[in-house]
Amino acid sequence: MSRETLIDLLYLFSATTFLVALKGLGSPKHARRGNMVAAFGMLVAIVATFFKYVDGHPLHHVDLILLAMLIGVLVAVPTARFVQMTAMPQLVAIFNGVGGGAASLVSITEFVHIKSSNPATYVTLEVLLGVLIGTVSFSGSAIAFAKLQELMTGRPVTYPGQQIINAVIGLAALGLIVTILVSGSTALLWFLLAVAFVLGIAFVLPIGGADVPVLISLLNSFTGLAVAASGFTLGSNLLIIAGTLVGASGILLTRLMSKAMGRSLSNVLFSAFGSNITATGASGVEGRSVRSGSPEDAAVLLTFASKVVIIPGYGLAVAQAQHVLRELADELESKGIKVLYAIHPVAGRMPGHMNVLLAEANVPYDELVEMDEANSELQTADVALVVGANDTVNPAAASDPASPIYGMPIIHADLAENVLFLKRSMRPGFAGIDNELLYNPTTTLIFGDAKDTLTKIVAAVKAS
Amino acid sequence: MNALLQYATVLVLAAFVGTEIISKVPSILHTPLMSGSNAIHGVIIVGSMLILGSANTNLEEVLGFLAVILATLNVVGGFVVTDRMLEMFKARKPKAPDTKSKDAA
Repeated sequence: MSRETLIDLLYLFSATTFLVALKGLGSPKHARRGNMVAAFGMLVAIVATFFKYVDGHPLHHVDLILLAMLIGVLVAVPTARFVQMTAMPQLVAIFNGVGGGAASLVSITEFVHIKSSNPATYVTLEVLLGVLIGTVSFSGSAIAFAKLQELMTGRPVTYPGQQIINAVIGLAALGLIVTILVSGSTALLWFLLAVAFVLGIAFVLPIGGADVPVLISLLNSFTGLAVAASGFTLGSNLLIIAGTLVGASGILLTRLMSKAMGRSLSNVLFSAFGSNITATGASGVEGRSVRSGSPEDAAVLLTFASKVVIIPGYGLAVAQAQHVLRELADELESKGIKVLYAIHPVAGRMPGHMNVLLAEANVPYDELVEMDEANSELQTADVALVVGANDTVNPAAASDPASPIYGMPIIHADLAENVLFLKRSMRPGFAGIDNELLYNPTTTLIFGDAKDTLTKIVAAVKAS
Repeated sequence: MNALLQYATVLVLAAFVGTEIISKVPSILHTPLMSGSNAIHGVIIVGSMLILGSANTNLEEVLGFLAVILATLNVVGGFVVTDRMLEMFKARKPKAPDTKSKDAA
């Protein structure tokens, strides 16, 4: 067997491990092992590549490759190990961005490398697509990171004529691609790189913080496609397979997420959602009365319940209250009360984020129920405990066609006999909309920091 | 052109297989799915190694070197983060609760 065949076989093995990993994610039981299998497959591919011949000779610059890898590992491992679970979305965003950047660099360098041999038009097209998509993913992810890390405002950034300007930038990129295809100019390639960079930024700026989860998943898909494009240029099946898998996964997730918000993808991407707080949100607060209670009142309500459904939102994670929440749930369960967690698909800052945060607090995953099941459970629940959620329980999404979130599927906390709403203040949620549930006669508001309040409730429940 | 056709075939098949497998991932695991697939596109490290390994000019060397660093960040960061997340997913009552409380922020 020739050296090349052996390496290709090893690549095939790697591609298979990636599929095994994705399949493993079908259940929490096998997911971790699957991820390890894929990591091993990746290692095999990397080692095999060291023995590959390019342009008829062994790899040059092995020392430089190892040095670059060492730098990457030294930065990546501590970052990945020690970042808080709440910061996971921005971490995924930045790791995704660097992948896009790498794919873009690979495409550019390959173009510089093969230009003298007059590549076929389709090869140039692959290069240009790789550069465009990879760079948009890179700069877009950087802005998404800045938004999530609160280095800049999470609200949509808008300016007059934004859509037109963005369209012009997009068209400029396409025009450049056509021009380079015809002329084969390297100078223009650098220009395309710059335009793509600006396009990524301009594309992400008007997207509000609440929609960033959808965006990250779309950018993830972009990077996958950029990698697949590089695979075409380099003639690597491994890159094509892996890139396409990720591209498909990202697009699928993006669609699922927009569906969970009851909006179309184009509405998410282009409408600058949440850029102004609606009139009802600003004026409705003063005029209407709400019922508020103490943590002790809440404890009484909870201990007399037989079924409690907890509806957590991102506020829970911000207050770092997931551990106290689990303590409360344990305490209630020891009194024979049934406790469930109702998880909205867009709770948190990325798809499935809330599940990870609760898993971190050792909440068993079989207590987490998805939206539809939660809504049928809520019909027979005595108490719905809303902690740090807001828009995902807002009845206006079902009842008020004028509301910006109208049509978004929600968790119907109002179906439960009593609603306990833990809230820091009367401020509207991330989407900037007032919540009708707060004024519901069965709702009791408990103001304060979620962690403080929950600690007091736990103490009161223990004492009873 | 034959090579192009072969690659296109692989692309189409991978897209279908990917969609099929991924649609079976429950929403509870969507975050690990994103970060796991994130790690998988880190396979661009193979491409980065090839371009740095065949670099003839200084420009190619610099670009290739940067590409390898970025790709390593992507692949290593992706797998480590995913593993850290998946480690936490446990079924009911696996062990004494909360031995390594990290919530003191």
